[in-house]
Amino acid sequence: MNAPTLVTSTEELRDQLWEAVTSRDEYRAAGIVFTALDNGMDTETVLLDLIAPVQTKVGTEWAANRLSVAQEHAASAITERVIAALAHHPAPRTPPTRGHITVACVDQEWHSLPARLLAEVLTLRGWRVDFLGAQVPTQHLIAHLHNSGAETVALSSSIPTRLPTAHAAITACQAIGIPVLAGGAAFGHDGRYARLLGANAWAPDARAAARQLTDGIPAPNLASGRHQVDDLPHLADQEYTLVARTQPQLVKTVLVQLEDRFPAMAAYTAHQRERTAEDIAHIVEFLTVALYTDDDDLFTGFITWTAGILTARHVPARSLHPALDILAAELKDFPRATRLLDQARFALDRAPTTTGSHPGAPA
Amino acid sequence: MASSRENTADQTSLWGLAPYPVIMADRSGTVLAVNDAAGVLLKGAASGVSMADVAPAWLAEAHRDVCVGTVPATRTDGDRTAPASVSGRIAANSFEAHPSLAPDGSVVWWLVDDTDRRLAEEALATERERTRFLSEASNVLLASLNTGRCMAATAQLAAEYLADVAVVVAPATGGKLPLARAVDGKAAERALLGADPSDLPGLAEALQGFPPVPSRWIDPAALPAWALPQDFTETIGSVVVTPLPGHGVPAGALILLRRSGSAQFSENEEVFARLFAARAGAALSAARLYSEQSAITQTLMRDLLPPTLQRLDGVEIAGGYRPAGAAEQVGGDFYDVHPGIAATDASLVVLGDVCGKGLEAAVLTGKIRNTLQALLPMADDHERMLRLLNGALLNSYHTRFATLVLASVQRAGNEVRLRLTSAGHPHPLVIRADGTVEHVPTRGSLIGVLPTIEARTVETVLRPGDTCLLHTDGFTEARGGPLGDEMFGDERLRQALSECADMPAEAVVDRIQMLASQWVRNGPHDDMALIAISAPHTHHLSAVNGHTRGRYTA
Repeated sequence: MNAPTLVTSTEELRDQLWEAVTSRDEYRAAGIVFTALDNGMDTETVLLDLIAPVQTKVGTEWAANRLSVAQEHAASAITERVIAALAHHPAPRTPPTRGHITVACVDQEWHSLPARLLAEVLTLRGWRVDFLGAQVPTQHLIAHLHNSGAETVALSSSIPTRLPTAHAAITACQAIGIPVLAGGAAFGHDGRYARLLGANAWAPDARAAARQLTDGIPAPNLASGRHQVDDLPHLADQEYTLVARTQPQLVKTVLVQLEDRFPAMAAYTAHQRERTAEDIAHIVEFLTVALYTDDDDLFTGFITWTAGILTARHVPARSLHPALDILAAELKDFPRATRLLDQARFALDRAPTTTGSHPGAPA
Repeated sequence: MASSRENTADQTSLWGLAPYPVIMADRSGTVLAVNDAAGVLLKGAASGVSMADVAPAWLAEAHRDVCVGTVPATRTDGDRTAPASVSGRIAANSFEAHPSLAPDGSVVWWLVDDTDRRLAEEALATERERTRFLSEASNVLLASLNTGRCMAATAQLAAEYLADVAVVVAPATGGKLPLARAVDGKAAERALLGADPSDLPGLAEALQGFPPVPSRWIDPAALPAWALPQDFTETIGSVVVTPLPGHGVPAGALILLRRSGSAQFSENEEVFARLFAARAGAALSAARLYSEQSAITQTLMRDLLPPTLQRLDGVEIAGGYRPAGAAEQVGGDFYDVHPGIAATDASLVVLGDVCGKGLEAAVLTGKIRNTLQALLPMADDHERMLRLLNGALLNSYHTRFATLVLASVQRAGNEVRLRLTSAGHPHPLVIRADGTVEHVPTRGSLIGVLPTIEARTVETVLRPGDTCLLHTDGFTEARGGPLGDEMFGDERLRQALSECADMPAEAVVDRIQMLASQWVRNGPHDDMALIAISAPHTHHLSAVNGHTRGRYTA
């Protein structure tokens, strides 16, 4: 008889944890994590190689319609609790000997887990960390920095539509002399939006972030007096401002014209009609952010991703076309918007409708 | 050769009239002629002597260069080209020497005194540099309202431009001197020392705002060791101590130090140091005022902030709060959770809404929360509690009123018994594990308006997977949505809650807050507060509540 294997591989543990969090079994989830610690896995590995991948899977499974909203939220809540409980495990802890870091999510960003994981990892590595959580209004962030005197801000955002807000937060931190390390799916898989918005550093994951902080991130040059528009000179054409300000009207126009084109929509329930309006609002929102960043991929990526989601939910992806056509007609006087819409329509025609990870996917 | 000499004589007589010194020498470096002005300027200059003996080295050398033709012709006089001019000092003045080539190869040097222009140019460059520095310094100094960072920035700037080493000393706090020390414009180090400012002549006075002591009065040998950055071992040659003037109070002092090899501080430099100190002092005192004010605010605000919630006796309780203004931390909504006094007592959960927004409303929420805490011993009778609260509010100077809901929470095995009483507040909602959403039909009068009130308490039971939600009308009355101007409304809330069946309390709170935040986007909204109370999902008691090691405890 073979003795039962005592050490379970990280992959097996991940599968077990996935099972536990998606079946709402907090006790089993905590048990798996604590047993791993007792068996000698260090806390950072537990956070980043066990918990983080499971949380990523929650996002992708939701996108593929294999997980309900309730399951997604429940899984996140359980993960949060397990992380909180980790802080009380007697595994060796590091006294804070390094610098002082503030970790925060941008305003209206409610996915706090990636930032939470970073905060825990930095604490483990001996940093003094202020974790401000999800949805931190820029004013609160700045007031906190004035009071705490933290040396660096780690700013997290998962959803690209928060990029203009993230930009405002980045410039505000830099204006008071504090460098910003940007992280999270919103900044692009290669950090392109972090660079675009002038962040002082970008990290693809918590370990890279910790390394960058250890190497030191130079403080921004205060003498120059930089403005947001200096990073994005195309904003001077006012397309972003005009489209952003008329978002609700645009959504209304598209909705009304869609109803004219598709008499079947008259039979929609109020609920269905609202879902349609929400989908349109989402498209307009991404278009607005693409105007802000002047980035074709951002909008095209969103449209093809949405097509994938629709397919997963058994809605034909071609239903996106009429909305894009109406928007293109409405915004024909805006050259950059026209370019973005043309690119997206072209991509939609060619896109294989598969679901995958996308910056818009909950992290 | 004779004609050349006659020519020279003619020319010499004309040069005599020239307002500038003129000296002519041949290719071998022998002076051929000088005019009167040159005779005065260059001692011993006369026909026949060597250039090297009478002209300053730079001019003699330039003459040699011109004669051997190594100087490129850059100056053009009509159709002739002339070698480039040179410049240098003669005695205390500065001169430009313009050479002209005679046909026989000898050179005539025309000397123009440019001392004043040079001084003016140097003064202009200095002033430009100072203006650039002051404007950059203002940008840097005004950026931060954190006193530590502001001190460090001041020291770094001063050590970059005004001195080799700069030390900023803030007024003592708690018997210790906060310092920031920088060397050669590098990042400053900060320290908090138990040092005596009277160790350094002029420092104690500067910290009290007395005028600066002239640098020549301070003996660098008297400099205490703590005033120097750690690892700084060089000798200091000169010291300046300047007060940092604040808004009504001294903001600290700036100590400027130069190495013994460097130049002493000139009077002009001391004046400029004071200009810089004025800016630094203004920035530092603004930072100090800000930190004092925000400390006061935080202290006063502490009791008005929503409390941190945790599980009580295995019952999940989660809360969320979003004030109306993004700039605010508190508002007119509030909640509290009071654990039962004895282990078997029910816990009391309170959630309410004071009419109005912002700080004024928040102050009244503080009063209500205090009053309710005092009334906890009678928490088994909600109506009585509300009557007493009503009386207390009627008798206060506040003209505002409030609505609230009380929930007594008691676990009984797997189930949670709730007694709920609404005082003019939106109905509590119960989400059953199967997704049905019930509203709990408790009703009562609002508080703080009428002398007598009525309230009806309703009991309900939460089974595993059920959640009771208390919320303020900020959610249902939130305007926004995809079309921008719709109310979120009761129906959408019920719909959203029905999707929250069998979710942990925190997840329900997160979900509703997220939906509300998406609904209002960047638009204005009222305060929003909510509390979710969930029956434990399994037969286990709390496994991990964030406060214990977290193991199977049941």
